Amino acid sequence: MLQSIRPAIAMTALFTLLLGLAYPLAMTGIGQTAFPAAANGSLIVREGVAVGSALVGQNFSEPRYFWPRPSAAGAGYDGMASSGSNLGPTSQKLKDRTAETVAALRDSGISAPLPADAATASGSGLDPDISPAYARLQVARVAAARALPDDRVAQLVEQSVETPLFGFLGEERVNVLKLNLALDALASSPAN
Amino acid sequence: MATKAKTLSILDPALLGPALIGAFRKLDPRQLVRNPVIFVTEIVAVVVTIMFVRDLLSVPSEAAFSGQIAAWLWFTVLFATFAEAVAEGRGKAQADSLRRTKSQLVAKRLKSGEGMAYDTVPATDLRIGNVVLVEAGDMIPGDGEVVEGVASVNESAITGESAPVIRESGGDRSAVTGGTTVLSDWIKVRISTMPGETFVDRMIALIEGAKRQKTPNEIALSILLSGLTLVFLIAVATLSGLAAYSGTIVGITVLAALFITLIPTTIGGLLSAIGIAGMDRLIRFNVIATSGRAVEAAGDVDTLLLDKTGTITFGNRMATEFLPVPGVSEKDLAEAAQLASLADETPEGRSIVALAKADFDLAERDVIALGGKPIAFSAETRISGVDLGPRSLRKGAVDAILRFAGLAAANAPQAFNAAVEAVARTGGTPLGVADGNRLLGVVHLKDVVKPGIKDRFAELRAMGIKTVMVTGDNPITAAAIASEAGVDTFLAEATPEQKLDYIRTEQKGGRLIAMAGDGTNDAPALAQADVGVAMQTGTQAAREAGNMVDLDSSPTKLIQIVEIGKQILMTRGSLTTFSIANDVAKYFAIIPALFVVTYPQLNALNIMGLTSPRSAILSAIIFNALVIVALIPLALRGVSYKPVGAAALLRRNLLVYGLGGLIVPFIGIKLVDIVVTALHLV
Amino acid sequence: MTLMGWLQIGLMVAAVALVVKPLGIYMARVFTGERTFLTPVLSPVETLFYGISGVDRKREQGWLGYTFAMLAFAIAGFVTLYLILRFQDLLPLNPQGFAGVAPDLAFNTAVSFVTNTNWQSYAGESTMSNFSQMAGLAVHNFVSGATGIALAMALTRAFMRSGAETVGNFWVDLTRATLYILLPIAILITIAFMALGLPQTLDGSVTVTTLEGAQQTLAIGPIASQEAIKQLGTNGGGFLNANAAHPFENPNIISNFINIFAMLAVGASLVYSFGEMVKNRRQGWAILSVMGILLLTGICFIYWAETYGNPILSSLGLDPSMGNMEGKEVRFGQAATALYAGVTTGVSDGGVNGMHGSFTGLGGLVPMFLIQLGEILPGGVGSGLYGMLVFAVLAVFVAGLMVGRTPELLGKKIEAREMKYAMLAVLVLPLSILGFTALSAVLPFAVSSIGTGGPHGLSEILYAFTSATGNNGSAFGGLSANTPWFNTTLGIAMLLGRFAYVVPVMAIAGSLVTKTKVPASTGTFPTDRPLFVGLLIGIILILGGLQFFPALALGPIVEHFLMLAGQTF
Repeated sequence: MLQSIRPAIAMTALFTLLLGLAYPLAMTGIGQTAFPAAANGSLIVREGVAVGSALVGQNFSEPRYFWPRPSAAGAGYDGMASSGSNLGPTSQKLKDRTAETVAALRDSGISAPLPADAATASGSGLDPDISPAYARLQVARVAAARALPDDRVAQLVEQSVETPLFGFLGEERVNVLKLNLALDALASSPAN
Repeated sequence: MATKAKTLSILDPALLGPALIGAFRKLDPRQLVRNPVIFVTEIVAVVVTIMFVRDLLSVPSEAAFSGQIAAWLWFTVLFATFAEAVAEGRGKAQADSLRRTKSQLVAKRLKSGEGMAYDTVPATDLRIGNVVLVEAGDMIPGDGEVVEGVASVNESAITGESAPVIRESGGDRSAVTGGTTVLSDWIKVRISTMPGETFVDRMIALIEGAKRQKTPNEIALSILLSGLTLVFLIAVATLSGLAAYSGTIVGITVLAALFITLIPTTIGGLLSAIGIAGMDRLIRFNVIATSGRAVEAAGDVDTLLLDKTGTITFGNRMATEFLPVPGVSEKDLAEAAQLASLADETPEGRSIVALAKADFDLAERDVIALGGKPIAFSAETRISGVDLGPRSLRKGAVDAILRFAGLAAANAPQAFNAAVEAVARTGGTPLGVADGNRLLGVVHLKDVVKPGIKDRFAELRAMGIKTVMVTGDNPITAAAIASEAGVDTFLAEATPEQKLDYIRTEQKGGRLIAMAGDGTNDAPALAQADVGVAMQTGTQAAREAGNMVDLDSSPTKLIQIVEIGKQILMTRGSLTTFSIANDVAKYFAIIPALFVVTYPQLNALNIMGLTSPRSAILSAIIFNALVIVALIPLALRGVSYKPVGAAALLRRNLLVYGLGGLIVPFIGIKLVDIVVTALHLV
Repeated sequence: MTLMGWLQIGLMVAAVALVVKPLGIYMARVFTGERTFLTPVLSPVETLFYGISGVDRKREQGWLGYTFAMLAFAIAGFVTLYLILRFQDLLPLNPQGFAGVAPDLAFNTAVSFVTNTNWQSYAGESTMSNFSQMAGLAVHNFVSGATGIALAMALTRAFMRSGAETVGNFWVDLTRATLYILLPIAILITIAFMALGLPQTLDGSVTVTTLEGAQQTLAIGPIASQEAIKQLGTNGGGFLNANAAHPFENPNIISNFINIFAMLAVGASLVYSFGEMVKNRRQGWAILSVMGILLLTGICFIYWAETYGNPILSSLGLDPSMGNMEGKEVRFGQAATALYAGVTTGVSDGGVNGMHGSFTGLGGLVPMFLIQLGEILPGGVGSGLYGMLVFAVLAVFVAGLMVGRTPELLGKKIEAREMKYAMLAVLVLPLSILGFTALSAVLPFAVSSIGTGGPHGLSEILYAFTSATGNNGSAFGGLSANTPWFNTTLGIAMLLGRFAYVVPVMAIAGSLVTKTKVPASTGTFPTDRPLFVGLLIGIILILGGLQFFPALALGPIVEHFLMLAGQTF
């Protein structure tokens, strides 16, 4: 045991220098040079203002925007408090919360059966996506709020659907922030 | 006596009675502690019995249930001790009769090395180095070496073989065993073992299992079983905490029942019975092992060293063929050879006479009556023959015959030389036959391989055991016999040192070696081998060097010994697998029963459809106890062994004991539950 | 369950199957001291390390010396990490100005990372400075994994060698595992991750103005470099609280694929290295088959249970066709989440891309059970291999007797000593998991930490101690584990799970290495055939199942039935 003391201390120090400092700093250097956008959070800048990260969901509650999934991150989509609800399947709280969400969506005019993502909280609380089915169910509300024809908004939704890679890797989904940005762009473009 | 034991069946009433008494005697915790699983069961049985008494005093309505659980726990322990007692029973009867023999022994201790004056002392007073006189009708008082005289001895007390054997000073037949009887003549015996340590004493101890030490595998298995017992102790003990979370109070009686059904009581209860029964099986084959360790090692043997002579071949070379030179008929050669061999009393000579008779119906004639002058065989001339009128017939070693005929090998007829070579090439021994200076031909002498031995070696090969033939022959002869007998390899021109070296080399390679031997010069190799089987007829040195003694002195016994060793291990493995596989069904019986009150939905796990929680628990514990009894015959008989490869064996046993172990308890517990319900036991 | 889902699972199997051989051979060369293509670059670094540390690379250690070295290194690492965490407020690279970590949490976290568990009682983005993440936690992501690999190699040498005394030099194995295996692959994965969108910066956060005009502050940092080694070293400790469900840790299906692949690659390939080093590749494949079959079965089970969904929520008007989406990300769906959950618990990773605590009863049972089996499918880097070998020793012993010989594994006789140590190792899991769970289940202040009542609450506690003892790190997150009771007991569980397990395993290595290898014959029980694969699977399931069935029955199994019955708590 005694002859292990020197190597134990020396190796700890050496590995801390190599793996704890040299490695991440070198990687940061490469990242900042080669992938500056991604390395700093894939931010989307509109008119000089960072409006969000392409990867991270944000809160939308106004009827004129597509709504994301319920979030358990802080008060909702808190980027400093990512979290799922961690409620078990037999949780009364989960049942109550889901019932509440379902009721709110019914109030917003959706009567069809709801896709599961519409009323369940994601694992991160920052899920940027919703299912195309849920997006489609919101078309009428958004169109009405923006006074746009339904099919125009529906077309936008279909354009926003991201399909699985090579047809099978991943799921069909709609990035809510990107869809809403496109929606805003549509509203302000003269072609409309 | 050893033969008498063979006739006792497992369920002989003469054995069952004492076994029952023995089963109760073995409940003594000081004895039972050697068997951790059953010891734990006994402790739990005591605890549940206390619960039963408490119930009886406080809530009598509960007492019927806890009483039944307690009773079945005690049965579980008793069944296990009973199994051991039954296994010991047969040996005990045998040991008792041996002990009776021993107690009668008195010795005529000589006052000095010379002369015949002696004191009569009890055999127990003898010390190493004492010399005793044993005369016709006396029993030999202890193990020792004949230092003077020759006598015929009846060893049936040890071997069960009634034909007397000769014991004489010097050579390989000098060892005598205490308890055997001198039939004729007298011998002086130097005692070589202390009283209490003689062969008979060791036999008694072994048979009784009194000093039976756990074998290495048994120890390892005990560790596994104790470990599993601990695992289940943790699983069951923590269950009360987990249950308390859900507001369920699980009673001690029920937890105890769950615990006992889960721990491997089946194999735990039968473990020592398997070992004892294995030793007993060996004894019924007339083999005495000095330790269980050796028997177990026999199962692991990788290489068998077998002496050629007596094991693979009949003791002697025999004539098999007459090869005449051109101009001589085969019959003429046979006749000449027969006549020349009449004066040769060695087995080889006899075999020539017999072959001529068998092949050409040539009767044995009295050459002296015919006026012939027989020339007897001697080791010096290596020739025998007869001078009969003008004929001067000789047969003998080829070089001796050539010398007799006055020929150099180069001048011999080509056909003669060719025949000599042909015989030598096949590993046989050529003998020349001549009439004066005329060479008649060659007799082919060869070792005759015992019938059926090739099949035995094929079996051994299938078992994964390499056979090595050890012989003093030259490599050509050895190779020929080896190929005929089907051994894997051979050690030719073997000296005792070479044998020892061979064993050491193999052992360095990680192999386990078994060998049989009888001579004093075999002793080092016997001691070095992992399994050394000494012949009862062998020398004292050989018998002490080996770790087994074959009372029948049959070297092929090694094969049976290996099988018995394997059987013991297989039986343990199979019952362990069976025992562990059983637990699956027991969980499905007991877990829903424990919690169905708190969570009625858990009744979905009650796939056997047991009547009630209590009947489920009782059925599981009853099944658990009964399965021990049901498996006693198997434990005593051993799982049948077939000489096929390990993979095939495993497949079969896994199917029978693994899969069987999964399925049987589902059926068994259900059946017991039906009975329990029908009898309104709960 | 969809064809697309099955294809995703199939693709992962194919990818791992392809890498196993080349990576396995490469690692075998590294640990037998042969030259590799990286030798010219890394050899000087290695020499420098040994020089400064005073290590003679030619001097091998016996099992005790090796174990002591491993323990000394763990202690040094623990002390260093504990101090870094406690005093992170005084150290650089703390852009958010976090305070020093509380003593019980610092203890728990330091133990957690030293034992390759990465149980996190904290939320990374609100607790740890960048310095703590990089110089503290990430270092252990490397070296705790490398330690596991080293230990597995020591045990492998015990099977390779015949009649030897030493099992290798811990310092050399540790250094080589880090420099030649983990670091180069981690660099490649980091670059891929950055290309896929993982942040890599020294900033602590970035603030944006959402379309609705609110401020959203996003935690960022040197995430890519940490994620790479977190998965590769089967550590699983996320930079951010939501772990690999967080879009910054795992933004898309490709990063998800790399995540899972990285967890499996080294562990699975080490099994091949084992076969290569003991000169019996079939043995390697046989063990890999056992791992593959069990793991795939587990994954399919999760996939089925989660796709089946939660009838309680369906009854509220949710379309059941998407399955149970609570705690899952849309971009991963059921198949990729089931795959991740199965793999992260089959190996000893513990990273998650969906919240196990929100899985259905049976869907949550499987990850828990996979950890309880000992995380041997294929297990943590190194630890999976030696854990599986302990099971192989047990399987060979139980069934090997059935062929009528003293059981042997790869020519090494399994006797009383090996059984003793194997049983000691086996006892650790039930003792720690069931013992602590039962204790916590009856202590009111411990029970008050649970998030969901009823059987799920028991599952939360059971999962916590399962995860800690198994050195996994995933959780049923409803449990508020950042309390002195849980921080301390979980810390002890992690220590038991790692060191109380490893010491007997090393003792087995020490005993086996001295034994002479027995050459195989037809009488030898073959351990590289389908029969053995089936047998080993049976032993693993029965031993694991028997230990934990009662606890599982009271937790996830009964929860499943209650969920079907619509009961809530």
